[in-house]
Amino acid sequence: MLIVSCPNCGITAEETEFHAHGEAHITRHAVGSSDDQMETYLFMRKNPKGVHFERWRHQYGCGKWFHMARCTMTLEVFGTYSAQTYSPPDDLLARIDARRPGWREAT
Amino acid sequence: MKKYSVFAVAREAMRHHTGWTRAWRDAAPKKRYDAIIIGAGGHGLATAYYLGKNFGITNVAILEKGWLGGGNTGRNTTIIRSNYLQDPSAALYEKSRSLYETMSQDLNYNVMFSPRGVIMLAQTEHEVRGYKRTAHANMLQGVKTEFIGPEKVKELVPIINLAGPRYPVLGGLWQARGGTARHDAVAWGYARACSDMGMDVIQQCNVTGIRSEGGKVVGVSTSKGDIDCDKLGIVVAGHSGHLADMAGFRLPLESVALQALVSEPIKPCMDVVVMANTVHGYMSQSDKGEMVIGGGTDGYNNYTQRGSFHHLEETVRALIETFPMVSRLKMLRHWGGIVDVTGDRSPILSKTPVDGVFINCGWGTGGFKAIPGSGWAMAELMAKGHSPLTDAFGLERFTEGRFIDESVAAGVAH
Repeated sequence: MLIVSCPNCGITAEETEFHAHGEAHITRHAVGSSDDQMETYLFMRKNPKGVHFERWRHQYGCGKWFHMARCTMTLEVFGTYSAQTYSPPDDLLARIDARRPGWREAT
Repeated sequence: MKKYSVFAVAREAMRHHTGWTRAWRDAAPKKRYDAIIIGAGGHGLATAYYLGKNFGITNVAILEKGWLGGGNTGRNTTIIRSNYLQDPSAALYEKSRSLYETMSQDLNYNVMFSPRGVIMLAQTEHEVRGYKRTAHANMLQGVKTEFIGPEKVKELVPIINLAGPRYPVLGGLWQARGGTARHDAVAWGYARACSDMGMDVIQQCNVTGIRSEGGKVVGVSTSKGDIDCDKLGIVVAGHSGHLADMAGFRLPLESVALQALVSEPIKPCMDVVVMANTVHGYMSQSDKGEMVIGGGTDGYNNYTQRGSFHHLEETVRALIETFPMVSRLKMLRHWGGIVDVTGDRSPILSKTPVDGVFINCGWGTGGFKAIPGSGWAMAELMAKGHSPLTDAFGLERFTEGRFIDESVAAGVAH
């Protein structure tokens, strides 16, 4: 069971209070984009075996969205961060580097 | 290969079972094959088998990272049915179900196919409407199913509690010719038949790279050395994305854990398969008497091959409401498998951007029932370049928006 800290309200709780909503930092293509771009946006997923950045919502808490970095092999939660960003914060990336050396080449 | 028969059993009984030979050869890889299949699970072995049987291509290797049938083939709840909503699905799954009927004779290996019947319970008004629609669609597709009322459900499943507090049973979609089979035997039977045709089943052979020249596949790199091939079939379920990455293309897949559990063996109490999709649980009784129980998938990407506890609790809670007598059962084993799920909950059987590489994946939570049909269609796809059964399941459907939407039709137990 994952133990998750919501960066919005600060509460730490187990995963049943939260809901996962898939891969984070996806470019949202819209009107005027090509078929390939739409396909990438709607269906193509990295689905890594290892470090995964994803969107979560504090469903039965403050109700707000946030991001999480998690390992899909060990279910280790590396950390959570604000939803209002296009990329993971540097301190979190450094923490993942320390825990999973070489993960950037693997994904 | 020595034929298995009642006479063989009698003969071996007379000489203390000293004459049995290995069911398949443990082969070392050759330098080159006409076709290589990655993944010796049910789908991979079935693909190899029908390549040989239907198309005479027998210079084939089946590479397996772990042991034969040790992935989802050995982890599912063995349910076989073909009551799907969309025409391409119904065609593929019905082909598969019909191949199961003759599989034991075909392979000369007892796969214990038991067409005991499958009920999918309707526990909300929406499900009643949905299943009636499926029954009508099935009638047009030539798949024999019917919508039955609660009285008939009770007659088929005496241990059921129709008046569940949360979700009363309002009826069900009944497929009398669905059922179960012995999952390991399916893999073993195909492996034995493939080996008998001269194919090499190579276990503990991890594929580390896919080599191509000028956009055409030339071979694979493995933990047992480089092997050349003309055609490559990737049939690896949860790890499809990983292999596609090696070949240099992407897949519209996400991998999640799906879990199952079995109880202690009890006396026969239920001789059909019951699926309760609204409350996320399904159950059948094995020939040993164990209740085989399957649940829902975890809510997030996951390669752990175990499941999260609260999903298990949800499944068990639902089953206790529907079958009050199971509340005192002890559970013996619990496990998880990694299933690869597509956006429209239908599989991918397709050519790929790399010439000569074919992929069979995305069966999600319902691959076991499809093993023979999937192998049949995939073999035709690999041998001839296309198959009437796979045409609708190509990768291009995601670009073209031509989905085979089964997520509503089958819900969790798909």
